[in-house]
Amino acid sequence: MTYTAPFRLPQGGRLIDRAFQIPFRFDGRHLRGLEGDTLASAMLANGQMLMGRSFKYHRPRGPIASGAEEPNALFGLGQGGRFEPNQRATTTTLLPGMVLGSQNCWPSLDADIGAVNNWLSPMFPAGFYYKTFMHPRPFWKHVFEPIIRRSAGLGRAPTDPDPDRYEQAYAFADVVVVGGGIAGLQAAKQAADQGQRVIVLGQSPIWGGRTPVDHKGGAAVVNALVADLERRENVTMRRNTMATGLYDHGYLIAREALADHDPNQGIPRQRLWRIRTQQVVTATGALERPLAFACNDVPGVMLASAVRDFIVNYGVAPGKRIVVVTNNDDAYRTALIAHDSGLEVAAVIDARPTADSELAQAVRAANIPVLTDTGIAKVKGGRHVDGVVLCRQQGDGQQIGTLDCDVVAMSGGWSPVVHLWSHCGGKLLWDEAEAMFRPNPERPPLGADGQGNVTAVGAANGDLRAAGDLERRELPTMPVWVMPQNAPYKLRAKMWLDFQNDVKVSDVQLAAREGYASVEHTKRYTTLGMATDQGKVSNINGLAILSNALSQPIPATGTTTFRPPYTPVTLATIAADARGDAFQPLRKTPMHAWHEAHGASWEPVGHWRRPYCYPQAGEDRDKAVNREILAVRRSVGTLDASTLGKIIVKGPDAGKLLDMLYTNMMSTLPVGKCRYGLMCSENGFLMDDGVVARLSDDTWLCHTTTGGADRIHGHMEDWLQCEWWDWQVYTANLTEQYAQIAVAGPKARELLQRLGGDIDLSQEALPFMTWAEGQIGGIPARIYRISFSGELSYEIAVPAGRGLELWEKLHEAGRDLNITPYGTEAMHVMRAEKGFIMIGDETDGTIIPQDLGLGWAISKKKQDYIGKRAQSRSFMKQRSRWQLVGLESLDKRIIPDGALAVDEGTNANGQRKTQGRVTSSYYSPTLDRPIAMALVRHGPDRMGQELEFPMPSGEVLKGRIVDPVFYDKEGSRLNG
Amino acid sequence: MADALATITRAENLGMVTIRADFARAGDAIAEAVGLALPDVTRITTDDSRSLGWMSPDELLLILPVSETAGAIAALEQALTGEHSLVVNVSDARAVFDVVGPHATDVLAKLSPVDFVELPQDGLRRTRAAQTAAAIWRIDGGFRLIGFRSTADYLGLILNNATLAGSQLAPR
Repeated sequence: MTYTAPFRLPQGGRLIDRAFQIPFRFDGRHLRGLEGDTLASAMLANGQMLMGRSFKYHRPRGPIASGAEEPNALFGLGQGGRFEPNQRATTTTLLPGMVLGSQNCWPSLDADIGAVNNWLSPMFPAGFYYKTFMHPRPFWKHVFEPIIRRSAGLGRAPTDPDPDRYEQAYAFADVVVVGGGIAGLQAAKQAADQGQRVIVLGQSPIWGGRTPVDHKGGAAVVNALVADLERRENVTMRRNTMATGLYDHGYLIAREALADHDPNQGIPRQRLWRIRTQQVVTATGALERPLAFACNDVPGVMLASAVRDFIVNYGVAPGKRIVVVTNNDDAYRTALIAHDSGLEVAAVIDARPTADSELAQAVRAANIPVLTDTGIAKVKGGRHVDGVVLCRQQGDGQQIGTLDCDVVAMSGGWSPVVHLWSHCGGKLLWDEAEAMFRPNPERPPLGADGQGNVTAVGAANGDLRAAGDLERRELPTMPVWVMPQNAPYKLRAKMWLDFQNDVKVSDVQLAAREGYASVEHTKRYTTLGMATDQGKVSNINGLAILSNALSQPIPATGTTTFRPPYTPVTLATIAADARGDAFQPLRKTPMHAWHEAHGASWEPVGHWRRPYCYPQAGEDRDKAVNREILAVRRSVGTLDASTLGKIIVKGPDAGKLLDMLYTNMMSTLPVGKCRYGLMCSENGFLMDDGVVARLSDDTWLCHTTTGGADRIHGHMEDWLQCEWWDWQVYTANLTEQYAQIAVAGPKARELLQRLGGDIDLSQEALPFMTWAEGQIGGIPARIYRISFSGELSYEIAVPAGRGLELWEKLHEAGRDLNITPYGTEAMHVMRAEKGFIMIGDETDGTIIPQDLGLGWAISKKKQDYIGKRAQSRSFMKQRSRWQLVGLESLDKRIIPDGALAVDEGTNANGQRKTQGRVTSSYYSPTLDRPIAMALVRHGPDRMGQELEFPMPSGEVLKGRIVDPVFYDKEGSRLNG
Repeated sequence: MADALATITRAENLGMVTIRADFARAGDAIAEAVGLALPDVTRITTDDSRSLGWMSPDELLLILPVSETAGAIAALEQALTGEHSLVVNVSDARAVFDVVGPHATDVLAKLSPVDFVELPQDGLRRTRAAQTAAAIWRIDGGFRLIGFRSTADYLGLILNNATLAGSQLAPR
């Protein structure tokens, strides 16, 4: 036996399939809809008009619309990781087994305790929060804010990870037509006829927009157009795709629903399209406006277009006895359609003095009373419409009659959807005849060529009669912003503008009286248009009320800013594939897998992961670091230095370039030798350091820090391409071409010699700061005698593809030497023991080399280098600049990195004055005590003095200023 | 279950040489040394085993069997004697993937902001694949994509993710 829901009409419903029943659950109740239903139509078919509660007063809410503008019928949809709040019932397709939950009510939708706010509503006028929660001051942080935060927000945020996949894709077109209604389809055909590459985006699963509902024969016209377009090679028709934002240079964002209807298909649930197009055609239609009459928010008061949508599209009767209230001819269609479907239409209430159009005559012919110069004084009923009280539109609400009904179909005229047009700077003009803002064709959004790149067509362009031959002549709309015209406060305080946020006519008028003349300020003060529908149904009415209150024409008030997205875009599509392992590119050195297999504890360095240390069984990170350091100092260790930047610089002017980039001389470096260099920004601040090797007469290899590899290469090319374009220099970033391994420790030479090769590693043949090329262990290599640990040290560069091979050979050959892989922290501690600076520790973008005692690395002979001029400015030359010193803790406690050394007195803000700060601080296993480096005012002149470092706990740590070189001051260990 | 949109394979044993020079002066010498015509701007020339791609107004990339790399570098250095130029081996710095199959374009269209319809048969496009640098050109049945060695795992992952069966871009 076929079950028919109580409000399902016996016939009709062009989008549903009566053969397929779909069970679903709403707040625990088992209901049934039909295939093709939206949640809203399925609920209405079951007589469930109450679908939510308003945000502020918790008033009962039913759907007022049938599309993306719906402000009331929002549900929490799904369960677990697939739970989504604020899903619009009017645009969400019903699926078998769906679980819907009502929002913003407790304990239930029917008995909502928060509705007490409704009785107290006179106490919550516009600006209530601003006025109430100001005093006493401390209450804001400790009382008001926590309470407001708990009650803020509509719907719950999901708590579980989303199990579905999402993706993005790029598309390109000559013309993108946004909107699958008749105007869009016609525009697409026109562009396609001209041979343009066209993409048509339709927000819903079906093409045609309003035409098939509003016009007899409309569906046939639409189907013919769609069939024509789908045949064409140069047209892509994409349904279920909502264009949400238009950005500069024809960049359009759209969200395609791929598997919203069936997440278990295994395909991405949604796809974010990133489209670059020459031209955009907005055929986005228009949204019907509500009328502001008292109690227009009672469930059962709906937009006239929505009432006929539910009847025609879904065969659902929103009610059994309908009253239409309008200021235009279009709403008469609702009366006719309802009547033809066998529903009773009590009357059409027309605010206009006369109604003689073809549509009005057809309504009269159907024996439906038409009452002109009439309005609704008040809707009767609480949770559902029981009837309406009639009045003269021109009057003050005096009752002239009543009508019983269960649905009020209202129409206050139409507003073109100008969002995309406006996102990127398109201007609007006020159309007096239709009382609406529409795109100003003189001032479209502009493309890169200064010409307009957006065209609005059809209803989106203000052409409300876009269906051509299907149209019937209509008489003008009469602007009606308040019904009745002279409604007293009592009525105005019950006329809803923003249904979700409970903003009424009286609130906007109050804001105007309180001095809110700007529509943007009024919006924020009253929350008008700030609900999840972003003012789609409320904005124009609200600013008309504001204009009247300010006694100025509507265009003088203007609109609030239209910002993307038009409808919400899920965070999941914005992230798309960038989650889990693909969240960010993880850069791996050739030895990454070895480190992983040997238990590396990782440190992120840019997108790289570098081993911080390699903890062994029973070791924490501190213990591992200490062990690694002692192993290097006593025997030999290896560090994966592959991430260091390696930039080749070649050409007749290469030396000249390097002399400009580095503070010291690189042009005089002999072939075969290495030199440590500093690089400063134009402002004189130290930005990178590293060892430069001269490879040949015209070729240098510059090592940079790990983080500097790409940045310094860019810096070089910037100067070469923009400033010194006539210098003959080529650069290449070879960072990833080489694996580089530092082999450090007194046994380093012995170990390398065991590998065999043709490079003489002796002190005589390869002294400190030289390099040699050849092969080691059968692998082609370049070996640099450089040291960041203070030990005898070689850095070996081999082709990246052979890095792991060399690493493993070293570890094989050095087993009896207790060869130990060491990580970045051991490297950091060892360099600090030697007083070597680290970019990013001792520097922070405000430090010049002179602050760090690196004056020796600054050429006095050179006429110029980048940063030289800046370093000669008075502030840079001040003796009182904080300068690098070593710091010895007085009681064996580590003074934390970043700790401030206090000075006598306080500054203008009453804060304790400071005279220095800790830049690096470690426990040195080599010395078995804490060591630190610090920048201190007059530091180098104050050796032996003590500084105080107050801690947040209140205790004060003390440190003595010492030389920053803590270990092997003579440098005797460098040669093993 | 439908098939993956394309097959992703890591191409091994390719040598790569970065060549920087003034093409107006040294173009002919380079073409002769590598045995390929100099590519036009944003194009790539190719024969059975070697390809020469335009990377920038003064940079070319030679792609060839890895065994021929040393010889090619020597030949280039010889040909460019006396000319301001840079010839350098970058074979180890790269990871190469072939994306082949009926929907190879769809796979790349999910990762790179490139209008593949407009990419000429001999086009070479320097771009990005999701969050990392890449260059792409056509091969039989699909595309070849090169990126940096350090991001090989990431590239493999995002390429394979984009081949998800049933996720072709054609409207449905």
